[in-house]
Amino acid sequence: MRMHRDTAGHQDGDVMTGPSGYALRTEDLRKTYKSSRGDVPAVRGIDLGVGPGEFFGLLGPNGAGKSTTIGMLTTLVLPTGGRAWVAGLDVVADPVGVKRRIGVVTQNNTLDMQLTVAENLEFRSRFFGLSLREASRRADQLLEVFGLADRSKAMSTDLSGGQAKRLLIARALVHRPDVLFLDEPTAGLDPQTRVNLWDILRVLHAQGQTILLTTHYMEEAEALCERIAVMDHGEVLASGTVNELKDGAGAETVITVRYEDAIPADLTARAGLAERRGVRKVEADGDYVRVFTREPDGVLGELVTAGSAAGLTVRDATQLKPSLETVFLSLTGREYRD
Amino acid sequence: MTTTAAAPAQVAESAVVPSASDVAALIAEAPVPRPTLLRTFSAMMAREFRVLRRNAVSTFTRAVMQPLLFVFVFAYVFPKIGGGFRLGGTAGGAAAAGSVTFSTILVPGLMASMLLMQGIMAVTFPLVMEFSWQRTIEDRALAPVPIRVLAIQKITAGAVQAFLGACIVFPIVLLVHAPGQGPHVHVTSWPLLIFILAAASLLTSALGLLLGTVMDPRKMQMLFAVILLPATMLGCVYYPWAALHNIRWLQLLILINPMVYMSEGLRAVLTPVLPHMPMWAVLLALVGGTAVFGYLGTRTFTRRVLN
Repeated sequence: MRMHRDTAGHQDGDVMTGPSGYALRTEDLRKTYKSSRGDVPAVRGIDLGVGPGEFFGLLGPNGAGKSTTIGMLTTLVLPTGGRAWVAGLDVVADPVGVKRRIGVVTQNNTLDMQLTVAENLEFRSRFFGLSLREASRRADQLLEVFGLADRSKAMSTDLSGGQAKRLLIARALVHRPDVLFLDEPTAGLDPQTRVNLWDILRVLHAQGQTILLTTHYMEEAEALCERIAVMDHGEVLASGTVNELKDGAGAETVITVRYEDAIPADLTARAGLAERRGVRKVEADGDYVRVFTREPDGVLGELVTAGSAAGLTVRDATQLKPSLETVFLSLTGREYRD
Repeated sequence: MTTTAAAPAQVAESAVVPSASDVAALIAEAPVPRPTLLRTFSAMMAREFRVLRRNAVSTFTRAVMQPLLFVFVFAYVFPKIGGGFRLGGTAGGAAAAGSVTFSTILVPGLMASMLLMQGIMAVTFPLVMEFSWQRTIEDRALAPVPIRVLAIQKITAGAVQAFLGACIVFPIVLLVHAPGQGPHVHVTSWPLLIFILAAASLLTSALGLLLGTVMDPRKMQMLFAVILLPATMLGCVYYPWAALHNIRWLQLLILINPMVYMSEGLRAVLTPVLPHMPMWAVLLALVGGTAVFGYLGTRTFTRRVLN
């Protein structure tokens, strides 16, 4: 049996980044699935760069291509175009090297159902070349830190949802990964467990762990990530820090008013919306009017007044302050749905 | 009472936040991984043995019942009630009429059938589970080895389980019989016996991998109807291949069944008193079949893991 070459790097302390200085980078990365009904593009050429120690979020609704992207970065999905590097290693050319340097918390519960909690950690450690004694010590340490010590002998199937997630995270950390990937880590968890998980991730990040997380929760990305890439339909629509995104595309408050009936064509003109200070864009379609503005005061009133002048009753009205949600609305023209 | 006892535990459970210093230690003290192909492979095998040991009683009870009942009914009950099977004197020529007990035919046959059963139970069933629902296969797929090594490891582990299964069945089929109905077992060559058992174990395990990667999990029951049952009934388990010369079309048709070569190969080394296929045909089929199923299984496995 051929021994795998023990590549240099992964020495004490420093995260291996390769010549680019990125912990993770993609260049026009693409994935198109072949199906009987033709090609289905899941990821359509994305460029990402994540620095060492950064907490980076991929935010988008289901089907945006986040999981496919994480699949390609973790070597389990083969790209159909472009390139990607993790810790300076090409994910296609050196998948084994990449796997040695990453920890992955999958979206599903992929714990080994045949093993106990402690064994899940011990065997994962041994898969990464640790000796029996090292593996057992590492498992104890991880169980202690993640509050699972009293469950160590339980079968992994007997864990609660929150415990299973903690064990998945612990398992991803047995070998100190250069990059920790988390695919929708809080999907399906109750709010309390979710907040607990956020705290754990914050502590990891504070200790210098590079993290890439995907989520379809706006507030999760906002609460945790230093930088975010907003994805939809396989493309990155915008990326930057939360504040950059809000200052850019999503700096406006978005006011949406829905009427009981279809609106007349001249409603927005009658309300004089386009001439108001701060208004960037007015959308009117079917039964609703949507206004993107930096100065939202009074806009809602104008819309209600103009509506009643035209004999329309307001069905509902929303006013969204600048947030990732308005960023998404402004970038896609669609409301954000999970 | 129980609810009050459970409540504090739940509260404690929901608020586990590791301290910064703990996590710092966790990161600082992380052992530097030194995975090699061999170490990872051995660790994966160790995992299989841990699971096998944990489930040993249920695994082998399930496996042993079929051959045990079979020899009990055909080598004990039937001779006692006067309906014992005898291989017809015209069959194959080598076996003299009336001189060969049915148990002699059954010893290699039931061992071969055990190999097939174990190969599929040990590889196909777990694999179908790992690919469906939670895709737990991703756990092992993220280990630092190429995906095909994982496939080879699964074949190896399945083969070990099949081999052990055959070894457990051997004394049962040897010893369970009515007085005077014992099998005529004479091992012509121990190394050859072990080689055939090993090759047949690898063959069934490789077949198990292939089936596990192409089977639709919703149609698992079909596995019995379409694969296991025909392979066994038409696999020279209950009759030697030479005895089929009266039904020539069947004799030729079942040459596509790998079970035939497993049964006949074991027949050649265990019960040479019976007619059996030439050894070269057996070895060619076992080694060739392992290579073909192994290649195909590894390929479909890799394709399903990497999508």
